[in-house]
Amino acid sequence: MKIVVAIKQVPSRDSQLKVNTSGKWIEDSDLSWEINEPDAYALESGLQLREKSSGEVVVICVGPSGASQTIREALAKGADRAIHIDTEDYGSSDPLALAGIMAKALESEKPDLLLTGLQSDDLGYGQTGVILAEVMGLPHATIIMNIEEAGGKITVKRELEDGWFQHVEIPLPALLTIQSGATKLRYATLMGIKKAKTKEVKKLSASELQMDLPASIKLDRIYFPVKTKHSQIFDGPAKESAAKLIEKLRFEARVI
Amino acid sequence: MSGVLAVLEQRDGVLHKMALEALAAAQQIGAALNLPVFTAVLGGGAEALTGYKIDKIHVLEHELLKDYTPDGYTIALKQLIAAHHPTFVLFPHTYQVRDFAPKLATALGRVLVSDVISHRIEDGKTVMVRQLFQGKINADIRFEGEPPYFASIQAGAFRADTLVAGTAPIDKFAVDLKPDQIRTKPLELFRESARAVDLTAADIIVSVGRGIKEADNIPIVQKLAEAFGGELAASRPICDNGWLPMERQVGSSGQTVAPKMYVAVGISGAIQHLVGMKGSKTIVAINKDPEAPIFEVADYGIVGDLFEVVPALIEALKK
Repeated sequence: MKIVVAIKQVPSRDSQLKVNTSGKWIEDSDLSWEINEPDAYALESGLQLREKSSGEVVVICVGPSGASQTIREALAKGADRAIHIDTEDYGSSDPLALAGIMAKALESEKPDLLLTGLQSDDLGYGQTGVILAEVMGLPHATIIMNIEEAGGKITVKRELEDGWFQHVEIPLPALLTIQSGATKLRYATLMGIKKAKTKEVKKLSASELQMDLPASIKLDRIYFPVKTKHSQIFDGPAKESAAKLIEKLRFEARVI
Repeated sequence: MSGVLAVLEQRDGVLHKMALEALAAAQQIGAALNLPVFTAVLGGGAEALTGYKIDKIHVLEHELLKDYTPDGYTIALKQLIAAHHPTFVLFPHTYQVRDFAPKLATALGRVLVSDVISHRIEDGKTVMVRQLFQGKINADIRFEGEPPYFASIQAGAFRADTLVAGTAPIDKFAVDLKPDQIRTKPLELFRESARAVDLTAADIIVSVGRGIKEADNIPIVQKLAEAFGGELAASRPICDNGWLPMERQVGSSGQTVAPKMYVAVGISGAIQHLVGMKGSKTIVAINKDPEAPIFEVADYGIVGDLFEVVPALIEALKK
């Protein structure tokens, strides 16, 4: 089975973000980066499926040249090769434009299964996978916890709301968006890191792969939200803050 | 014809709790732009809408729409949109909508503006506001080109109690759908475990998140829960890791709670968690990141290291 996993590099969770001078994206020059967490689970699901049924895992990443770090990590964990679609304009792109670029790059690959994380930690549209499936004419299922493969089709466990689940049968080729946390993530081994250096990374340019479709949405500006709730925040030494909070909870909120 | 179409989710004829919030968004946008408001329901549940001010309720009927599939829903709604040309198509941002609405918008060459928290009208144009970076930053998004314009509405962003009452005629819309157009086969819905803990009955909940770092540290927060006389709960990553059972999970995939006091310890406040607890009467947040979105909903907060703050709170409670 040929499995393609779409991964994205995002700022580390604890990053202190600032809006850049264009007002349309964050200041990204001195941030640290990591793989988008749901994508790490998509990669893990792909690697586990390959171990069960043999085949190949190819990672595809749209991102700036700095994303090569995340791509190398995916190769070190066990992906066989990678496609890096270079673009500096990853922030203000809409998910349809991004999916269109990936679909074009994957035309010659003909994967049996495409996996993506269910959403990104930066833009958070939660749509790239579903859109990619539609652009490529494939069936899909989202928020997947488990994949079983047998005889040209797969049965997946979909997460619904309020603790409900559903099994869905899907013919291959298909696309799945993967939920975080359903399995344990592996670490790259020393051998894996060594091997990754020799694995193929095909470089493509986003500008050559763009769809001929006018944009239907435009990001105007980004900004920090104005607090609407009046919160009382204590940020002094722990003991002092704790005493103040307990005082407020007892005599102001009267909840204890 | 133009208008605002709200596509409202139901299961077994019962409307989703976020459906009326999406209708409230449709009514507000419709009122601001002087557009009629329509709703679409795929299956039962339309009767629950007839007391609201809606120009028409479209009930989409077909044997193949009884069980939800992304193919079936997309084909059916494409036909409704082609027949009625709505200016806006709004959805509640539910798991089901996340599964099919991007596909529907893509099929029409548009992008769904997902998880919208508010809107405003500028020079007669609609600007949608959505969150980036797990709620740390907001973005203004404008629609470009020709309608329809698609958007899904975040839980709690619009209030169902603002709905305008009135009358709503029901219009049946026949869908043309063939079995071979549906590629996926949905099987039974199921739940995994009986819930032994009913968090919804607790007056005080102390909830723990990623900030706790490892399983061995959970007792630190357990002790705080005991000191407050409350139940221990958790955000999703804690339950995924098996550090606490799933039945203690608060959020969109776990339980929705509204206790007298909710204490979030080391929880950043991703929207999936916030929707499960933001109705709590008093919210307390303890987090080392002053920019964490949890502080947006908190009444009281302590910015600091939970490993220092939690023991200090337990000490202060004894006094």
